[in-house]
Amino acid sequence: MTNEARVQIESDADTVIARQQGRVTALRIGLSRTDATFVATAISEIARNITVHAGRGEIVIREINDSGRTGIVVIARDEGPGISDVEAVLRHDYISEAGLGIGLWGAQRLMDEVVVTSELGKGTTVTMTKWCGADQVGALLNEV
Amino acid sequence: MSEKVSSPATSADHGPNDDAALLRELVAHLRKNRSALREEWSRRITDAALLSVMTPDEIFSEVTAVYDNYVDALETGSVEALEAYAKNLSERIIPRGVETHEVLGVVLLLRDVLARSLFEKYQRDTELLNRILDAYEPAANRIAVTVGVSFVQERERVIRQQQLAIRELSTPVLKVRDQLLILPIIGALDTGRARQLTEQLLHGIRENRAKVVVIDITGVPSIDIAVANHLVQAVRASGLMGARVIITGLSAGIAQTLVNLGVDLSMMQSVGDLQGGIEEAERQLSYAVTRTPEAPRDREA
Amino acid sequence: MTVSILKQRDYLIASVQSDLTDTEVIELRDALLSEVAKHRARGVIVDVGALDVIDSFVSRSLSTVARTNQLRGAKTVVVGIQPDVAVAMSQFGLRLDAVETALDLEAGLQLLDG
Repeated sequence: MTNEARVQIESDADTVIARQQGRVTALRIGLSRTDATFVATAISEIARNITVHAGRGEIVIREINDSGRTGIVVIARDEGPGISDVEAVLRHDYISEAGLGIGLWGAQRLMDEVVVTSELGKGTTVTMTKWCGADQVGALLNEV
Repeated sequence: MSEKVSSPATSADHGPNDDAALLRELVAHLRKNRSALREEWSRRITDAALLSVMTPDEIFSEVTAVYDNYVDALETGSVEALEAYAKNLSERIIPRGVETHEVLGVVLLLRDVLARSLFEKYQRDTELLNRILDAYEPAANRIAVTVGVSFVQERERVIRQQQLAIRELSTPVLKVRDQLLILPIIGALDTGRARQLTEQLLHGIRENRAKVVVIDITGVPSIDIAVANHLVQAVRASGLMGARVIITGLSAGIAQTLVNLGVDLSMMQSVGDLQGGIEEAERQLSYAVTRTPEAPRDREA
Repeated sequence: MTVSILKQRDYLIASVQSDLTDTEVIELRDALLSEVAKHRARGVIVDVGALDVIDSFVSRSLSTVARTNQLRGAKTVVVGIQPDVAVAMSQFGLRLDAVETALDLEAGLQLLDG
């Protein structure tokens, strides 16, 4: 039983849809409002990378369950130019560049896991995950 | 009443198909004797004085539902439906005061009642009895664990909620005077508490329109990297909401920890003790004097 | 229009009404820059209370406005950052260079007056 939302990213208006959807899903699985904002912010960054560097792409937002824990996974795919040195970008070597670096840096700070696969000329896929339970108290604040 | 056992009972060679057939047979037996077994289970629950907060009618209806779910789980091998039912049941009975040992006791009694029934039926054929038990035991144990775990998880959730309420009561953000808040933190900090304190602080800044916050950590023995991170975030986030933070009671040990973790201490204003912190805060506030046309009285030195 | 810009004394007050696309952020930035010049405003308040997300692009744009305004002798104050957004920005490490922050419009005006 997968709960999944797909957003086609073709313009910056779609970015707003994607991050709102991310927030909705995050809240639904029990993440705190703060964590939901983390997710929405990370999506905003990754979606921008798509529109700026690839022109178009797709973001899939899914609820996942793994050995009793619940989480949200966001998969952002594009068929853009790709990243030549993923590790360098993730290490934030391009610290002053207002491009891919900032977005992926932010995603790493805000999400629990970020995996980037990319092939030059073929495209890029960013998979990021946030798990419930890291802040169960915060999640309960929503219920109270 | 004896039943013909159709599988090759005496053969020593048994494959998974035979186990499946055995499971089907035992499920059929449990369904056929549903009334009697359910009744016996119910009786044993009462004898053991379990679920005493529930009325006999309530016990009977829960017993019926659990029995049917139990047998279904044995048959399908899937505990999903049973899990959902157990969670629902837990939500209902925990507020009534039902305890963990009662729930475990009740489930184990069912397992025993059914096992004894199987003993009775197959006692003449030890070989077959062993095989039936081989089929029954792992499934029955898995079910017992599932129900037990569901109940315990629900209890833990309730306890956390209660702890949260207690925490909120015990770590108040204090409004000292207009625009000045104090957050005294006492005791060990973990990530959960640190996050909660940050949220309370920021909501306090908003509600009280605070311009300066004094966070006193005299009562905090030590902090780790995660908590240090939260502290830094609290300071930054407060700044984004227009409030400056003064930290007081920063021990040499914690200061060293922060330095070692690469925290930029220049972004936090630190004053020795709480009293000093409040005085510094008042000083800062009196510089930012309100000068609105309607309220000419503003000089409060 | 998702942003309204009003003049109050020699200040400009911009209120964001809803979530902004990047295009709208650029429009806001450009509008603020031209309005400040046009009215020779001494201060600008940007109320971002309606934003559920402030990411690197919004931060950068606000800082651009603030730095440019500084060159014109005008202060830029951002107000209304929601608590969750403030925490996210802090976790992310986003800073608002050259920008002052206050709780709300009233506090922002006090800051400009002071």
